[in-house]
Amino acid sequence: MAAHDAAIEVEHLVAHYGSRKILDDVCFTAHQGEIMVIMGGSGSGKSTLLRHLLGLNHPTSGSIRLLGKDITRLDADQMYDLRKNMGVAFQGGALFNSMTVGENVELPLREHTRLDCNTIRIMSRMKLEVVNLSGFEDLMPAELSGGMIKRAALARAIVMDPRLLFFDEPSAGLDPVASAELDELILMLRDAMNMTIVVVTHELESAFKIADRITVLDHGRILMSDRAEAVRQSDHPRIRSLLDRTPRSDSVDPEAYLQRLTREIS
Amino acid sequence: MAEHVPASLVIALGQRTVQSVRETGYLAALFIEALYWLALGRWRRQPVRLSAIVRESMHVGVSAIPIVALASFATGMMLAIQGIYTLRSFGAESQVVMGIALSVTREFAPLITGIFVAGRSGSAIAARIGTMQISQEIDALRVIGINPVRYLVSPLLAAMLLTLPALTVLATVLGLGGGALYCAWGLSLPPEVFFDRSFDVLTTTDLTHGLLKSTVFAVIVTLIGAGNGFNVKAGAEGVGRATTRAVVLGCIGIILADMVFTFLTSR
Repeated sequence: MAAHDAAIEVEHLVAHYGSRKILDDVCFTAHQGEIMVIMGGSGSGKSTLLRHLLGLNHPTSGSIRLLGKDITRLDADQMYDLRKNMGVAFQGGALFNSMTVGENVELPLREHTRLDCNTIRIMSRMKLEVVNLSGFEDLMPAELSGGMIKRAALARAIVMDPRLLFFDEPSAGLDPVASAELDELILMLRDAMNMTIVVVTHELESAFKIADRITVLDHGRILMSDRAEAVRQSDHPRIRSLLDRTPRSDSVDPEAYLQRLTREIS
Repeated sequence: MAEHVPASLVIALGQRTVQSVRETGYLAALFIEALYWLALGRWRRQPVRLSAIVRESMHVGVSAIPIVALASFATGMMLAIQGIYTLRSFGAESQVVMGIALSVTREFAPLITGIFVAGRSGSAIAARIGTMQISQEIDALRVIGINPVRYLVSPLLAAMLLTLPALTVLATVLGLGGGALYCAWGLSLPPEVFFDRSFDVLTTTDLTHGLLKSTVFAVIVTLIGAGNGFNVKAGAEGVGRATTRAVVLGCIGIILADMVFTFLTSR
């Protein structure tokens, strides 16, 4: 594919929390209109990677280009413009609890556009219609089920018709049916709106169902970033253990073990 | 082992000091940023909306009217009781009016208002922002392109700066009213004479003194509440701790600021 086709390009990304290195030389590319699934076990750094992609954390080094713009170098105004093209659905939904579902979905339109109230209301209802939540706009987030919260969060994420959509753990905490419905919805969004969608998940079934490409993270490093089929057939031992759900059997390095136990003790 | 004890004390003291300096710096930055968005937000595409200021004013100001009214009325009455009791030994009961008028206007009205608002709203602000922090709502604001300080702190600061002086005026009037009522009963002094004498001793400076204090308290309550909310990290327990901290630090902050302010302006 041509280089200008890339919607997300991450190059040599290194990130720390304090002195702990969380991401180490992460590079991957996602093209316009494809679903990129970032997969990895707990503690693999996938949530941290997502926070960096969203511009919530600043990396130690490396670059993140979203729609051709390096977000590590943008000023606040340019980032503000870019955010209009980004939608994010957080793991727990992160709906504003003091507002109704409808007001939550309307908020980005109220902040970024000068449309009149009725237009905003109609547009937000259209998105609630897309996620099968029409008629729920007057409820408070606390009155919704887990699956409905995720769908409402998705409606808020797509209300500006963004070119990039980020979805954190869509299936976490949902029953299989609700989770499958959400997968269908993600596929539909890509086909209908040509969005580039980044999904962070550890659910294998859902990952392979929706992914065009999969990036596998382990201990902050990228093990593989390739088409879903290639990942499925990979014979890398860590990827296999992730896919076959076998416990990791890393051998213990006695030197490193001793050093971990005795560090900062003199 | 013995020589390690002072060392660890010094370390703990040093860490506390660094922590306090860092927190003060953070609150100062928060204050400047909140003012910045209030002043320039409109031109930086982050307007502070009037509707948000009105909504916050209702929460922190208007709903506090009953409790502040009751507390200041009772304080005025208590001052009258104590004043008459103390001054009776000199046979100078009639001087109580001057004492009540000055102490209510300059000291008790702003202080009582500040402490009640710190207790009511400081904790509510910390709990709300803290809960938003742990449920990723603050992150959600940022990714939508809404600056959290502009959206959450600036309207609150404006509301506090508007309503706390207004509440202080109310508390002054009701505090004097409480004093007048007790003097009418205890000294048979008609309320209109009480108010006439009060306005004879009071100057504009006394009133502005109280109002200036209340604006300082408004800033303290807002910043300590919001700052503790934003710094919540560990779940529900963290929110609880931030709420307690906001009330305790808010109240002590108000009393210390009051002392400094009074020292600087009353000599």
